[in-house]
Amino acid sequence: MDWYQLWEIISLPDNVPIVLLMIMLPFYTWYGLRQAFANDRLIAQLEADPEMAKTHHRKTQPFKKGWPREVHVWPYLLRIEFLATVIVTAILMVWSITLDAPLEEPANPSLTMNPSKAPWYFLGLQEMLVYFDPWIAGVVMPTLIIVGLIAIPYIDENPLGNGYYTYSQRKCAIWTFIFGFIVLWCVMVVIGTLIRGPGWMWFWPGQTWDHNKLVFEVNRDLHEFVGLTGTWAIAAFGTAVLGAFVAVSAWGTHKLLTLTEFNRKILDRMSLTQYLLLQLLMITMISLPAKMIARLVFRVKYVLVTPWFNI
Amino acid sequence: MPEEKDTGDSKRGLLGMFDTKVVQQKANEDLEALKKPTKTELYKSVFRVKHDDSPRSRTLGVLSNVFLHLHPAKINRDAVAYNYTWGMGGISFYLFVVLTWTGVLLMFYYHPTKVQAFRDILYLEHDVPFGKLLRNMHRWTAHAMILTVWLHMFRVFLTGSYKKPRQFNWAVGVILLVLTLLLSFTGYLLPDDQLGFWAVTVGTNMARATPILGHEGPFGPQFGMTPFNDVRFALLGGSIVDANALLRAYIWHCVAIPGFAATFMIVHFWRIRKDGGISGPSPMMLESEIKNPRR
Repeated sequence: MDWYQLWEIISLPDNVPIVLLMIMLPFYTWYGLRQAFANDRLIAQLEADPEMAKTHHRKTQPFKKGWPREVHVWPYLLRIEFLATVIVTAILMVWSITLDAPLEEPANPSLTMNPSKAPWYFLGLQEMLVYFDPWIAGVVMPTLIIVGLIAIPYIDENPLGNGYYTYSQRKCAIWTFIFGFIVLWCVMVVIGTLIRGPGWMWFWPGQTWDHNKLVFEVNRDLHEFVGLTGTWAIAAFGTAVLGAFVAVSAWGTHKLLTLTEFNRKILDRMSLTQYLLLQLLMITMISLPAKMIARLVFRVKYVLVTPWFNI
Repeated sequence: MPEEKDTGDSKRGLLGMFDTKVVQQKANEDLEALKKPTKTELYKSVFRVKHDDSPRSRTLGVLSNVFLHLHPAKINRDAVAYNYTWGMGGISFYLFVVLTWTGVLLMFYYHPTKVQAFRDILYLEHDVPFGKLLRNMHRWTAHAMILTVWLHMFRVFLTGSYKKPRQFNWAVGVILLVLTLLLSFTGYLLPDDQLGFWAVTVGTNMARATPILGHEGPFGPQFGMTPFNDVRFALLGGSIVDANALLRAYIWHCVAIPGFAATFMIVHFWRIRKDGGISGPSPMMLESEIKNPRR
């Protein structure tokens, strides 16, 4: 266990945000879900007792008859905003006094940094480069992430959970977002920062970053496992495997969307375009962990090989 | 003549300034006014409304102030608790203000040229008073803003605040998220050191692989893409990360993207108000109350 190496990575000034992320993200996930579960308990009570549902103010926050439902922005909100700016300024001051922004040697095109890493917030994309070609990892995936995020309100037909934390009323949505944001985005960022060392090789936390490490990985294309030859045969085989993957994940997504009575009710509200867009985004999202497993466990490089592009 | 008849009343005005009594009285009036500065016309002309704790004054205090007028006069009593919003949207905006401020100060000491850029950073770190603090604060604030923007998105998702009628504002928010990342990324190159150079090299190399528009992307060569005319060339102003790339990053970073971001922020904040203010905590809806959508 090389504690010094671990400290060296974590204490790098530019990696401080990652350390903050690793603390803040679990905290806020817990903080949000705790309120969601508290609300869910009240929802269950209200569902069970229609009389209570008629009269209850339907929040976990206390409320008594005669209390105003609104408060003045001045001073009740403005004092909080003012306090927030003071606290944030204080944090920034302490952070800026204690830690210096990194400055390396002058830019030198003939001396490659090893590992040469993108800024920490893009390391998820750089880590994706291990599993996909740059045109997917660097162009198609980011585009689909942006399109997918924008599309969320337009494909989520579930009217419940608007303006309050809840888990039980939005299980599908919450799981999908936590999977996409925390597992696929943030964890990939953490892998890219803490795990990937020189030569973009995998070093477990505490392993020494050995610049001379060589790994003899034999990554093979999927068609080599079956021993196919001939451009068209290979392309056809790849297309078939890819098609099978799309079919299986579409089936899985559909299973998820029809899993419960409630899910079916929501699915029934969706338009065809909404459904197809959701399927496209879900299949794309699933393709990342699928390719990761194929690559890390089975040493598969490409599934589909054509003369123009590979997937 | 009328002037001669006028004896008593007019001497209270300044016309009687040669009368010691009148001057004394005038001076006393002015001194009395100093004790109550809020009653003076000078004060009233600046602040316009009373600042006592009557509901009317509290409302006007927000509505008649240009910096505060984006706020409503009143908000949901439960929304002021920290646990609902986590304060991340507001903090993100404050960090943007800090970044603009420190960024403008940094611009005084920086030339976006290959000869001077790196030396300017050294100068800033070693000779400019508080220069190091300035640069540190700009960088850490940028990192912090990315964190707060992500957490803001996470909170908005968990509270379902993107749902009707706020769908479009969520889309604006996604664009602001992208702009935040791009702002940070374009700033990375500006010190012109190894870290920025290689990060931007890695980042822009991906643009080579853009389908059709990149010279290494699928169908790029077939559409006539070379290293000297593809999308990467447009980003860098050349085929390598060099002087033109530095200048382009500088202009994107200091002028263009902040301009876009500010514009989208105006829309974002405006739409919060127009879509009915902060989304909650709102009363919970039950499954049995779902209405069928209008077709």
